[in-house]
Amino acid sequence: MLAIYRREMGAFFTSGVAYVFLAVFWLVSGIFFYNGVIASGFADTSSMFSSMFYIVMFLIPVLTMKLLSEEKKNKTDQGLLTAPISLWDIVLGKYFAALTLFIIAESIIFVYAFIINYLGDVVWQTLLGNYFAMLFLGAAFIAVGLFISSLTENQMASAVVSLVAIFVIYLSESLVADMENGNLVKRVIFKAVSSIAFYSRYIEFTKGVFSLPSVVFFISTAFLFNFFTVKVLEKRRWS
Amino acid sequence: MIEVRNLTKRYGDKLAVNDISFKVEKGEILGFLGPNGAGKSTTMNMLTGYISSTSGDVLIDGVNILDDPKKAKANIGYLPEIPPLYVDMTVEAYLGFVYDMKKCKLPRKAHLKDVCSLCKIEDVRGRIIKNLSKGYRQRVGLAQALINNPPVLILDEPTVGLDPNQIIEIRSLIKKLGKKHTVILSSHILPEIQAVCDRIIIINRGMVAADGTADEIAKNITNEHKMTLRIEGPTHTADDKRLIAEKIRAMDGVKYVRADMEREKGIYDYDIETDGKTDIRRALNKLCADNGWNILMLQLSDLTLEDIFLKITMDEGLSKSDDKGGKSKPRIEIKTTASGKLRAVQEDDEEEESSIVDSGDEDTAADSAENNGGEE
Repeated sequence: MLAIYRREMGAFFTSGVAYVFLAVFWLVSGIFFYNGVIASGFADTSSMFSSMFYIVMFLIPVLTMKLLSEEKKNKTDQGLLTAPISLWDIVLGKYFAALTLFIIAESIIFVYAFIINYLGDVVWQTLLGNYFAMLFLGAAFIAVGLFISSLTENQMASAVVSLVAIFVIYLSESLVADMENGNLVKRVIFKAVSSIAFYSRYIEFTKGVFSLPSVVFFISTAFLFNFFTVKVLEKRRWS
Repeated sequence: MIEVRNLTKRYGDKLAVNDISFKVEKGEILGFLGPNGAGKSTTMNMLTGYISSTSGDVLIDGVNILDDPKKAKANIGYLPEIPPLYVDMTVEAYLGFVYDMKKCKLPRKAHLKDVCSLCKIEDVRGRIIKNLSKGYRQRVGLAQALINNPPVLILDEPTVGLDPNQIIEIRSLIKKLGKKHTVILSSHILPEIQAVCDRIIIINRGMVAADGTADEIAKNITNEHKMTLRIEGPTHTADDKRLIAEKIRAMDGVKYVRADMEREKGIYDYDIETDGKTDIRRALNKLCADNGWNILMLQLSDLTLEDIFLKITMDEGLSKSDDKGGKSKPRIEIKTTASGKLRAVQEDDEEEESSIVDSGDEDTAADSAENNGGEE
């Protein structure tokens, strides 16, 4: 697993994906930080963090698009699958490489905290809560993206499908928002959709609520999709 | 070292590999031969655990590749048809990655250096794989397979894209490796297989069509003997040709005679096939002396690997009739003697006319193949 992780980290930087990802992430989050905190003059980070959801949503597919699709296209998967390692080693090596890059990116928050420190008091509890919320959100989305990357040989298809998938997850909540007080069927749909909602769970954190069930939800999503990815690789071998 | 039992792979309706069984002993170099799409690569992919088999077992050193893949794969070095190279890494970094991935315990620096010098890629270690030529990439692929000194090496067309010098180098390298490792290599370059391999398995339409050394296969596939004669007749016309062919045909033990091209003015070549039991050379000499003809050339032509390959793979009817025949395979066992005639041989007999008509072309092709082999 470590070998795959190291190679993948190296590939992020040699292929330039890491630089694009970090640059865009920091630029856009910087804009949110300026608008939400500096310009408004309050040391309140909640609006900044709720906007961060969109960065995560749009940038995760960039991170995951080529992780497995390119292996298949260049037939390098042949080297991995015939090496004395398990499929979990391959999937988790790649998963943690992407997650590491994501953590590097979102750690920019501590720079912002440093700046806020000059303007007023930093509410460390909220800040750290949000930091981890974002981490878990990213962890779940990366697993989704990795899974989709395992389904195709085409990077672009992988990126677009991941983006659409994550976007649909996001939109599904507003779609069913008015179903809360409808008849039984509508209520069941609402219940089902909102129980797998990502956005409202994340927003909860930005309001300063650290909800353990949501953390468990994100982590189990990540695990589930990594499991699916392993199954996809396994199935390809058996087909 | 490697044991394959009734290996079968089905893609939907298509039977890619059909009930292949063979054994490879330690230190043996086995050549896999077959036309495109015969199932060579599919078989190799199953041997290395890249894809699973529909049925049948692969045992590497007694370990089933599907039961304990980690342990079995640790014993294999695999060079696929397209080397699995990460093109944006340097050779050094890539080999380091493979070293880590295989959890190699050998001293890192020394081992990587050994492998590089073995494959002659020391001078490109710092370069990015993307910028390397096909030949170098192939050698990096081979180096990758050699890391951790696996006892079994499986090489899928290892010399593709190399120049003649490199081909000879790689061949001698494989021969050298064959002393310590068990090697399976596939190729469709016949002289190469002949030069390197101890044993040959010919695969056609997903089935083992022949198994043994080149000589053994040749002996089994056919027991006829071929020779080419150049005889000068008295009149230097086509009448000579007819008369000479007729007389030779009337000889004992001659199965087939064909007058070939006019090689020198008024002098023809004759392709003769005997039953393999009688040596007709003396009788021929006498015949010519009695008739006042001059023998200008007599050349015995045994079946080359190329002849065998063409005979096995071009016989369309062979595998078709065997499909109908159910269980019996078109297999030519080494052990079976000429007297216990095999299916393939019988088929050959039936289609004798057609297969012999183009034998003239085969001979010239075989000649050129021999010349290639002589390069070494």
